[in-house]
Amino acid sequence: MSLPHAAKSPPPPDRIQVIVATDCGSTTTKAILIECVDGHYRQTQRGEAPTTVEEPFADVTLGVTNSVTELQELSGRRLIADDGTVIRRTSPTDPDGCDVYISTSSAGGGLQMMVAGVVRQMTAESAKRAALGAGAIVMDTIASNDQRKPYEQIQRIRELRPDMVLLSGGTDGGDQKKVVELAELIAPAKPRPRFGGEYQLPVIFAGNKDAAPAVQRVFGQGFDLSVVPNLRPTLEQENLGPARDRIHDVFLEHVMAHAPGYDKLIAWADAPIMPTPGAVGDILQTIARKRGINAVGVDIGGATTDVFSVFDGAFNRTVSANLGMSYSISNVCAEATMPRILRWVHLPMDERELRNRVKNKMIRPTTIPQTLEALVFEQAVAREALRLSYEQHKAFATTLKGVQQQRTVGDAFSQAAAGATLVDNMKLDLLVASGGVLSHAPRMEQTALMLIDSFEPEGFTELAKDSIFMMPHLGVLASVHPDAAMEVFEKDCLIYLGTCVAPRGQGKAGKPCFAWELRGAVNAKGTMNVGDMQLVPLAHDAQCEMTVTPEKGFDMGAGPGKAVTRTVRGGTVGLILDARGRAIEVPGEEGARRATIQRWLDALSVYE
Amino acid sequence: MAKAFTPGLKVSARTGYRARRVLPIAGDVVVKVGDRVGADAVVAQTFMEGDAFPIRAANLMGANPKDLPSLMLVKVGERVTKDMPIARSKGIFGMMRTDVKSSADGTLESVSDSTGMVIVRGPAQPVAVRAYIAGDVVEVLPSEGVVVENAVALVQGIFGVGGETHGLLAMACAAAGETLDEKHVTPAMKDAIVVGGARMTAGAIRKAKAVGAAAIVSGGIDDQDLRDFLGHDIGVAVTGSEKLGITIIVTEGFGDIAMAQRTFALLGGHAGRMASVNGATQIRAGVMRPEIVIPLEDGRGGAGESAAAGGAVAGVLEIGTPVRVIRDPHFGVLGTVAALPEQPAVLGSGSKARVLEVSMPDGRRITVPRANVELIEG
Repeated sequence: MSLPHAAKSPPPPDRIQVIVATDCGSTTTKAILIECVDGHYRQTQRGEAPTTVEEPFADVTLGVTNSVTELQELSGRRLIADDGTVIRRTSPTDPDGCDVYISTSSAGGGLQMMVAGVVRQMTAESAKRAALGAGAIVMDTIASNDQRKPYEQIQRIRELRPDMVLLSGGTDGGDQKKVVELAELIAPAKPRPRFGGEYQLPVIFAGNKDAAPAVQRVFGQGFDLSVVPNLRPTLEQENLGPARDRIHDVFLEHVMAHAPGYDKLIAWADAPIMPTPGAVGDILQTIARKRGINAVGVDIGGATTDVFSVFDGAFNRTVSANLGMSYSISNVCAEATMPRILRWVHLPMDERELRNRVKNKMIRPTTIPQTLEALVFEQAVAREALRLSYEQHKAFATTLKGVQQQRTVGDAFSQAAAGATLVDNMKLDLLVASGGVLSHAPRMEQTALMLIDSFEPEGFTELAKDSIFMMPHLGVLASVHPDAAMEVFEKDCLIYLGTCVAPRGQGKAGKPCFAWELRGAVNAKGTMNVGDMQLVPLAHDAQCEMTVTPEKGFDMGAGPGKAVTRTVRGGTVGLILDARGRAIEVPGEEGARRATIQRWLDALSVYE
Repeated sequence: MAKAFTPGLKVSARTGYRARRVLPIAGDVVVKVGDRVGADAVVAQTFMEGDAFPIRAANLMGANPKDLPSLMLVKVGERVTKDMPIARSKGIFGMMRTDVKSSADGTLESVSDSTGMVIVRGPAQPVAVRAYIAGDVVEVLPSEGVVVENAVALVQGIFGVGGETHGLLAMACAAAGETLDEKHVTPAMKDAIVVGGARMTAGAIRKAKAVGAAAIVSGGIDDQDLRDFLGHDIGVAVTGSEKLGITIIVTEGFGDIAMAQRTFALLGGHAGRMASVNGATQIRAGVMRPEIVIPLEDGRGGAGESAAAGGAVAGVLEIGTPVRVIRDPHFGVLGTVAALPEQPAVLGSGSKARVLEVSMPDGRRITVPRANVELIEG
């Protein structure tokens, strides 16, 4: 007998055999079923349904019920009770129901925050990192030195309708005045919350602990203030955990509780509902830690592009608002400029006509390319959206700024400095793609080349895509059953495309670039000239030892001209040898440019 | 079981329309249920709290923030005027005193003895909400606003810029496929809603603004012309707050595209009547499309009819459903659904997607992805 009710805490991992997970997105609610089969956790079914958070439905759980009903129909397992709730099993032999139901959400525009800090490059940036890491969209960052006059800052705060505010500033024991001043700017601006005019706007204070009493006085009425440990207790130390945890709590207590139907969803779920990007960040950190690798993940959507990175254990996330493939496609064209987009296109296209097509996609965002020409253009736009998003990410994912460095004589010749980017493409081991234009590309080769052209990985880099955008579900699953999450991630979530082999450096087209040799599943060797690309088939479950000997002026990670031997992994595309150099450049002359692009596309059979 | 819907734009000869007119903050409703209002009538009003002006008073006087309260010349809650001294330093033996002046008219709101900052709150700003459409007040939302109802002819556009306005409908083109050029726009169209056929040219928009037209409506617009008129590119389709002096609405899309015949005929049938239009477009969650609303009755006429209120509609695709193709290579083609194959098909792009067949008026059939059509709603 199964019970249609929710347990408030999940059962222990050894009791979890059947898992239902949903991700309530802005337009679609995606459900997956994970089952333990012969001792192994596998994702067995998926279902989806329109999200129902907006009128006329105004109840998110209807979409959840619909998507889980699809799982029920496909699996033959009864998962939805007559009252629409998710059924729990009462014993391991129960044929119906699940052991755990979990969910993420980005419906209704996700979590929207305003952050503030005293110094833009220091506490304000740390506050922004905390908010982004928690899965928020940062609407604006207010800082004492952001070049705006106080009344302009107040005006801006008045215009925003954030879900919550994160205020930081000052190191513990340091100056209190500046952070209290910031509080005194925010409080009279009286920002109104996005949902519900009745509830008080949550403000999280994560600044100088000595300033907390004064900040509490300033936010005396009309705000729901909570104080957490300083996210920058000293200049050399960032402590984002408590602020991130509090953001998640406030998200559940206030934001979600005021969104239609979320009170029910919270009651149904066995673990806290997580903001979708926060869950994606969690699973990427888990895999980077377990495999001991550096990883970058990207999710390109219709409106925004999220980039996540883990380098040497340091996690960062950025959201490029207004860089996306439908709602924001016109903005990508404006920011990147049409000539930069069209440099990736090998077919003749009329720019004026394209501009109208871009606007038509913007106003009818759900349409899909019907012709090859339309697909080629969209994939060119995607390259530039990804490139711009990654540039923004590199500029944000840095070492702490404002830190005094102790330098030796040797360091004086080093370029490394406070505020240097943590992102190093030579150290990048795994690049994971998700989002419609990457996940639904008709050929895997297209996904692989879009990733390489926009991210320009160096050395040896595994390329993969999230098969059905399962990372959010697995992120929240990791909080209740990490091993199951990892197993499904490796076996069902990721589709390995292959490995990109690309030395850093530049040379004259046609001159030798590197020699390579493969031993193992495939035995082969060859040489590559500057400007060439080549595909070596290597099955997704195959591995080889590979030695790459770059020419002088090219580097595979051991220094210019030095050979490197690594184990490389195959994939649905294979081994991609890229001798185009870094940064990738295309000829300026139109005929030569199109011929060059055509050659690269042919080498990888991109549009066959 | 989940259902699949296809979005469409409403083009209706007669429908009930309810306009929910609310203040941004609580205020006074100045009409009552049963009142007959014109589009211009104020239905609710209030005062928005004024702007806050921070002044670093202690800093300006070189004083300790703790001493600031004792240096104030004005008490919290008292009125101040711009340049009026509001605080004065002690100086040296009472000499060389420094005055801090108010940077705005308003009220002294707060004095901080921890940071030395003073906040002056500017005068409250009056805010009024108008009826938008002529009709009857059918509901009062206490302290918020009202619902105005009428029977209307309604046309939803696909994209617009500029906010709410109203005027008499003036047909400038003779056919739905005729380009709206500047020669079609005359001085007699002052305060009117100028309706064209196909693409509106840059010259037509400029001239419509010059003659003082309230709005210009046509089938399409060239992106370059819109950019030139706005002075900037539109990156994200969230519009309506532009102050252009004219509202622009396109019914079909960007490029050379004729207005749907049905839309053109509907608007033409009401030439000379008063219409309310709103160019506000928001293509995000909670989608909002621009609209042309033509009240059909002088008084109450919406009761008992299905009420439309903004947003796009969604319906189920069936054989015979009238649709419009909304993406190249068949962009703008109108027809009816002729077949709905169950199995996904491989497109020219190489993608697999569910498709449908559209029968065109000349009898030819084309196959397009289901995602690339929208319903033409009645």
